[in-house]
Order: sequence, then C-alpha cells, then structure tokens
Amino acid sequence: MVAASPPVLFAVLGETIAEKSGVINLSLDGLLLLTAMAGFAVAGATGSLLAGFATAMATGALGGLIVAFASLTLRRNQVATGFVLTLLCQNLAYVLGNPIAHQPGPQVPQAPVPLLAALPVVGPVVFGQNVLVYLSLAAIAGVWWYLFKTQPGLILRGIGEQPQAAAARGIGVVRLRYLYTLAGGALVGLGGAAFSLAVKPGWSRPYGTEGTGWIVLAIVIFGNWDPLRAAAGVYLFVLLQTLATVLQSLMPHVPTQVFPTLPFPLMILTLLLVTLGNSEWIQRMLSRMPEGTRREVLRALRTLQSSPPAALGRPFEQE
Amino acid sequence: MIRSAGTGAIALAATLLCGAGILSVLGASPLDAYRLIAAGAVGRPDLLSYALSAWAPVLLCAGGLLLTFAAGLWNIGIEGQIIAGAVAATGALRVLGSGVPPWAALGLAGLAALAAGGMWALLAGVLRTYGDVSEIFGGLGLNFIAGSLTVYLVLGPWGRPGITSTSGTPPFPGTLWLPVVGVAGVSVPLETLGGVVAVALVSVALRGTYFGLRLKAIGKSLRAAFLLGIPTTREVLKAFAGCGALAGLAGFVLVTGTYSRHQLYPLVSSGNGFLAILVVLLAGSSAPGAIVISGVFAAISTGSIQLPLVMHLDSSISGVLQALLVLAMLLVRGLQARPVHREG
Repeated sequence: MVAASPPVLFAVLGETIAEKSGVINLSLDGLLLLTAMAGFAVAGATGSLLAGFATAMATGALGGLIVAFASLTLRRNQVATGFVLTLLCQNLAYVLGNPIAHQPGPQVPQAPVPLLAALPVVGPVVFGQNVLVYLSLAAIAGVWWYLFKTQPGLILRGIGEQPQAAAARGIGVVRLRYLYTLAGGALVGLGGAAFSLAVKPGWSRPYGTEGTGWIVLAIVIFGNWDPLRAAAGVYLFVLLQTLATVLQSLMPHVPTQVFPTLPFPLMILTLLLVTLGNSEWIQRMLSRMPEGTRREVLRALRTLQSSPPAALGRPFEQE
Repeated sequence: MIRSAGTGAIALAATLLCGAGILSVLGASPLDAYRLIAAGAVGRPDLLSYALSAWAPVLLCAGGLLLTFAAGLWNIGIEGQIIAGAVAATGALRVLGSGVPPWAALGLAGLAALAAGGMWALLAGVLRTYGDVSEIFGGLGLNFIAGSLTVYLVLGPWGRPGITSTSGTPPFPGTLWLPVVGVAGVSVPLETLGGVVAVALVSVALRGTYFGLRLKAIGKSLRAAFLLGIPTTREVLKAFAGCGALAGLAGFVLVTGTYSRHQLYPLVSSGNGFLAILVVLLAGSSAPGAIVISGVFAAISTGSIQLPLVMHLDSSISGVLQALLVLAMLLVRGLQARPVHREG
C-alpha cells in the first residue's frame, strides 16, 4: 500500500502548491498520463532512470507553463484551459506512446535502508521500499514546512489569499504564480514517472491510471490545501484501492471488473462530506437544532470542512 | 466577423502545423495522414453515413451544453448523463422488446433515456445548488458511478447468458434500430437530423424566451441575478435537467442508431460528452457554430479510425487535433484581447 502511494502523493503535493498560490491546474488527469509516457520513453531510450524522471518533470512543468500563460498572461478561464489541456495530454500520450506500448523498460529498484528495514512491522513497510517512497515521505514534510514555516511559504499563501495586499508590499504576484504553477507541474510529472517507472512499470493504451488525475484534484480539496491532511487523503484512496482487491476475493459472485472502479465514487463521496458543511442549507438546518447539539455538529463539521484559498482561480489585476 | 474568421484561420494553421510536427516525430507523413483522415470521413457514401451517425450524439450533447454554458456551469458530468440514457434505453428495450410494436418500444426507450439523463444531471445540479459541491467534481463522481454501473450490468444481470465478457449486452434485433433516410444516394441517420433540430430548438429557447434570458443573466453573475429576483436555484436545475435530457438522448442514439453497436457496453459514452464540451468552448454561444464544429469534429474522429491499420498510428490523433484546435483558439483569442500597456 505504501509502495503504491508515491505517484498520487507527488501529484497531490504539486497541485496543492499551485492552488495555494491561486492557480488551478485542471489538466492533471492528462498530464499524469503524458508525463508517465514521456518518463518511460526517455528512460527506455537512454537507459537512464534519471533522464526519464527529468523529462517527466520538464513535461509536467511545461503543462503548468501553458496553464499559467493562458490564465495569468492572457487572462483566459483556468477551467477551460485546464480541461482542454487534459484531453490534449491524454490523446498525445496515446499517440506518442504508441511505438513503446507493451515494451519492457527500466524500473526503479528496491532500496531497503540498512538497519532500519530490519525493524519489526515498520521496517519492511516504511524502510524496505524504493527511493521514491522515501522521497515522497520527505516531500510531505518538506512541502508542509515550506508552506507554513518559511517566509517564502508565507508569501506563497499570501498571493493565493490576498494578491492585492501582497502586490502592495512589492511582491511580484504573477511572477511567483508562474513559478509555483511550474513547480507544481514538475511535481505532477514526478508523480507520472513514478507510475511508469515504479508502481505500474511500462506503457500501454489504456494505461490503467485514467481517472487518477481527477481523484488527485478531489484529494487536494479534501486535504483542505494542507499537505498533511492531503497525504492522509492519498493514503485513504490507496487503502480503498487495496480494499477493493481484498473485497474482490471475498465476493466471487460479483464480476471482478467492478471492484477497481469503486474507489473513485467513494473518494468523491468523501469530498461531498467535506464540502457539505459550507452550504447554506446545512447552516439553516443547524440553526433549528438545540444549542448543545448544534455546537457538537458544528465542531464536527468544522474539523471536516475545507475552504479554498480566497483568490483561487481568480485573475489578478494590478491596481 | 472578419476578425473572428481570421482568429479561426490562425488557430487552424497552428493546429495543422503542430499536428504535422507530432506526426513527423512519429515518422509519418503529415500530408498522407491528413489525406487519409479526410478520405476516411467523407471518401465514400458509406463512410459519410458513418460520419453523419457519429455527428448525432455530439450534436445532442452540444445542444445541451449550450444551456449549461449559458448559465456559466461546467457540466463535466455529461459523460455520466449519456451513460444513464444508454442504460435506461437498454433497460426499456429489454422490457418492451417483443411486447409492443418496434416504433413504440423505440419511442418509449427514447423517453426513458431522456428522463434518466435529466435525472442524472439533476443529481449534479442538486449537489451544486444545495450541497455547495462544485459541479465539476460532483459530475465527475457521477461519471465514475455511471461507469461502474454499466460494467456491473454488462457483466452481471444484463450479460449474455453463459459468457462473462465485458464486450456488451446481447445485441438488439434489426427491428429496434433507428431508421435512416436516403438523401442523394447517402443514407442519413434520422438521429442526425434530430440532433440538428435539437440544437436549433435550444438556440430558440436561449434567444427568444424568458428562460433563456434568465439563464444568461445567471451566467453573467449568479449573485446579481439572485438579487434581481431570479429564482436562480430553480433555473440552474432546469439548465442541468435540460442538458442531461439531451445527453440521455445521445445515450439512446448510441445504443439504437443504425451504425451503433446496438448494445450496452462499458464506456458507451466514448468521450462524446467531453468532445461536445470542446465544441461549445470553440463555438461560444453560437448555435450554427456548434452545429458546424461538431460535424467537423465527428468527421475527424471517424476519419481517423483507419490510421492504425494503414499507418500504424494511434487513432487518438483525432483527439490531439481537436484539443489542439481549441487550445490554439483560446490562446489566439487571448493574445488578441490582450490590453496594450505601453502608452504613446
């Protein structure tokens, strides 16, 4: 389960960074496929895993650049650009990946950490994995620390919440949003390559991870744009995927192909739970409850609740 | 008008150039590929009929999306609404199949699809209006659920007796196929004509009724429309239901059309809804634009089917060209609208 988490984790962290700065990159579902294909293709051609990862990250950053250019410089609708880019990247991945489909290729090797891997339970689960798993765990902590404990992280949150105020303090809002959308895209690319070079080695059409990018976008919301909570969302999703395989063996009379599709609707249902608290209808219902109950329910809702960066998706106008 | 034609020409040229670049990377001749796509779409009367039949679901979905886009809504759940329609139509035909005359069975199946698509869209609409859940994610979730439902039905209760296969439900007999009309030696599927009529009707509703006016007001600003006394929740739900109903009808067409597979199968929506979103993004609020562009896109899609056999290319090249064109158009429009900061 831990071994399967890096691709989704990297993508979730990347999108969290971009959205925290105020830019939605909706193209993830296609971008993950395209970067997976690109990473595998280049790693296969050059024999270098590093080159594969670098290409995937550059491709991801390029995707971010297109979203940033269209929305920040040309003031186009972010949802429109992202949606079109999703379809473009997905189809491009199929077309360009056609020659390398079902070919063998390099794969990230297991790299147990000496000594620590020998620990009971925790050892094999956390320290008996490959470099990507260690890197993804470090990335959760790193992104959280950067966002909430550093000066640049404070500015990053500022341009997503109060871009006008940030600009008034002499911060280049557009330049920084470019930077973080590109960085976020590169992390998504790392996630794509983590699929094709480790978790799901190789390339084919369909690749089998179609739809994951949409789940990533849902997890970012579920995670309330907080890397720690988002990471919890990722593990929940991967757990659901694992459970689906377990259920499959327990319920032999249900066709096997049904199970892999289950985590997707479940994940969206979780998202509903998180956003429902914002709605007027719930607030109205709450106001009719007795005081004690209301406070309890409110507290429960507030823990679950998720609220986006205030300037998310809005174009920035310099005054 | 001249300017928008110019925009289109620049975007088209950029698309063809990018497409040529991609094809060259793969070692294929772009000219040969483009010629094959054109020949594959309209080269023979039977191919033309096939392209016309592929036009119908895109037309129906684009018609529906004109409603939701007018209200500023992103109905990404349209794929699920198509599936809901296809499921309802298949269910109705399974029940009615031999009991009533074929025309009655088809008519009732069409109505069932209309209702099912509308209801499926209303789910996303209710989540959006009462649950504050973005219609993008609500819709996506419902797409996944509809997909799971189809896989379950095809493999389980509606599967072919004795075989467990994802290929599809038992095919309907020829009496339950939608008819074609012969026009100048080409068989034109009835549903294609229906699709054009549907888009025209939507256009009339948007231009000439208070409903259309209210939707457009909501599209400009939901808050302002609400403050002006427009019952925004009700109108938004109507837009969803209308779009879903037409998408449901597209699902009906995808299982009963003459050139369809005449069965329910996983992925029955096959991207028609997403393609229609591209169409409407390109056409804006123009109904004639939506009709023409959906025709061209459907032709590119069916024209690419031969590419894997003849040139060993993936048929997704059609999707690349379609998306490239819309992206190019977005960027070119953006470049034109860009304010010039330099003064004097």
